[in-house]
Amino acid sequence: MLDGKPRAGVETVVEHARDRVDTVYRSDSRNIFATLVRLLGDFDLAEEALHEAFTAALEQWPRDGVPANPRAWLISTGRFKAIDAIRRRARLQPLPDDIDERLVADGDDPAAWDEGSVKDDRLRLIFTCCHPALSPDAQVALTLREVCGLTTEEIARAFLTAGPTLAQRIVRAKAKIRNARIPYEIPSATELPDRLDAVLRVIYLVFNEGYSASSGGSLTRSNLSGEAIRVERLLVDLLPEPEALGLLALMLLHDSRRAARTSPSGALILLDDQDRSLWNRDYITEGLALVERALSSRGFGAYTLQAAIAAVHAAAPSAAATDWAQIVALYDLLARAEPSPVVELNRAVAVTMRDGPAAGLNLIDAILSRGDLDNYHLAHAARADLCRRLGRTAEARASYERALSLTQQEPERRFLERRLEELKK
Amino acid sequence: MKFMLLVHHNEAAFDKLGETTQREMLAESVELTHRLHAHGQYLSASPLQPSSTATIVRVRDGKNLVTDGPFIETREQIAGYFLIEAKDGDDAIAIATRVPGARIGTVEVRPLREIPGLPNV
Repeated sequence: MLDGKPRAGVETVVEHARDRVDTVYRSDSRNIFATLVRLLGDFDLAEEALHEAFTAALEQWPRDGVPANPRAWLISTGRFKAIDAIRRRARLQPLPDDIDERLVADGDDPAAWDEGSVKDDRLRLIFTCCHPALSPDAQVALTLREVCGLTTEEIARAFLTAGPTLAQRIVRAKAKIRNARIPYEIPSATELPDRLDAVLRVIYLVFNEGYSASSGGSLTRSNLSGEAIRVERLLVDLLPEPEALGLLALMLLHDSRRAARTSPSGALILLDDQDRSLWNRDYITEGLALVERALSSRGFGAYTLQAAIAAVHAAAPSAAATDWAQIVALYDLLARAEPSPVVELNRAVAVTMRDGPAAGLNLIDAILSRGDLDNYHLAHAARADLCRRLGRTAEARASYERALSLTQQEPERRFLERRLEELKK
Repeated sequence: MKFMLLVHHNEAAFDKLGETTQREMLAESVELTHRLHAHGQYLSASPLQPSSTATIVRVRDGKNLVTDGPFIETREQIAGYFLIEAKDGDDAIAIATRVPGARIGTVEVRPLREIPGLPNV
């Protein structure tokens, strides 16, 4: 109305329709994709169908009005366009095995797109992308592409891989699903624990990739962490299993410290020294509630226990007020649930806080003397710190130097270099 | 859908298990074939003689090259196979987990490439 002329009614209708297409795309494109994969039996077909459906919507909704059930319209349209495309191609070359039968079979069944099956389809998609028959790299790439909807370029950039390499990885993963006849299904009750493990592993890997980059200047690639949390929320909504709750809690509690973890110049700030007023309280509240829920059910495991440890930190008003005894107790449980040298190391750090540096140093030396964690920079950094506190300066220097030689991450390097400098004083 | 389950194990380790255990595993495998057969999933199966019985055959430039086997020296050797009918990849994997050889070695699950023109037996 700025120029005084009334806006044409037709323009508004067109704009409104286009806005709706955009809104539905942003909120539902991955849901619709998940259902199309089930109806069409193929990832690539579903991708094409999705694209065709939204293109058709942009053309038709301004003309014919926005349909009462946009999602159903898009699924139906996508499916029909895919069938057309397949039949056209069939005249030129033989069809892949039984594809036509599957398309005709699911026909006009309205159950194809009711609320219940939409949720099921999203689970089918997540479980298929994380199938153990795919390599871990492929699982991650496929999940980010098909469940999260990231472009191959975005994924390649996030993982510091070349675009074509990533694209090939996804092509091969889809081919594996097709050729190994991996079904598009939610695992049965007997298979569920192992299959859920695989999904949680992928999501946590994505989160960690975003939480601390494996090399290079920036300590956090927050996009990936955000994506991981989003997918995990979806998973928890669809399948509130204890470990799924535990992993969501763990990621929220870790992420709650994002703003306090690095200084403005990108330097690493340890948990003890963080400004707790910068911690995300909403995430902490949510995380604590999830930990309680997970712990009160049976069948919680390592993720829940790690989340419980993070919860003890989150609940402490200050570093000095941290309940280290409880943390050691939780590490005892974690060491039984998932024994590993890294868990032992973290437990040793907690024991130090409860009993003093000498006790911690004994534990860390025991781990290192077994040959475990010899190439893990954090083990040497922890040892160095304890030696420093016990006044064993020469040993502290040696351990800081070993730690430095084992990490490429800029903020961590700077931190270790600073510690070495301080030793000279 | 047809799948080939290729069972591999380390022959030296298998020998060390002793005759009784070996016979028990064999009996378990036979029992598995019967259960598969009852579900219409059994096509064929057999243990193989050890890799020391292998002969390698190649034909190059019209010449027959026959040598002592096995094909390649590996940590695990092919010990047997199951040829099965399964609903899908997950079904084949589930059957593979029931193969006794999976507990001491490795089972490779491969879908068959179904081609036309093979004899109908």
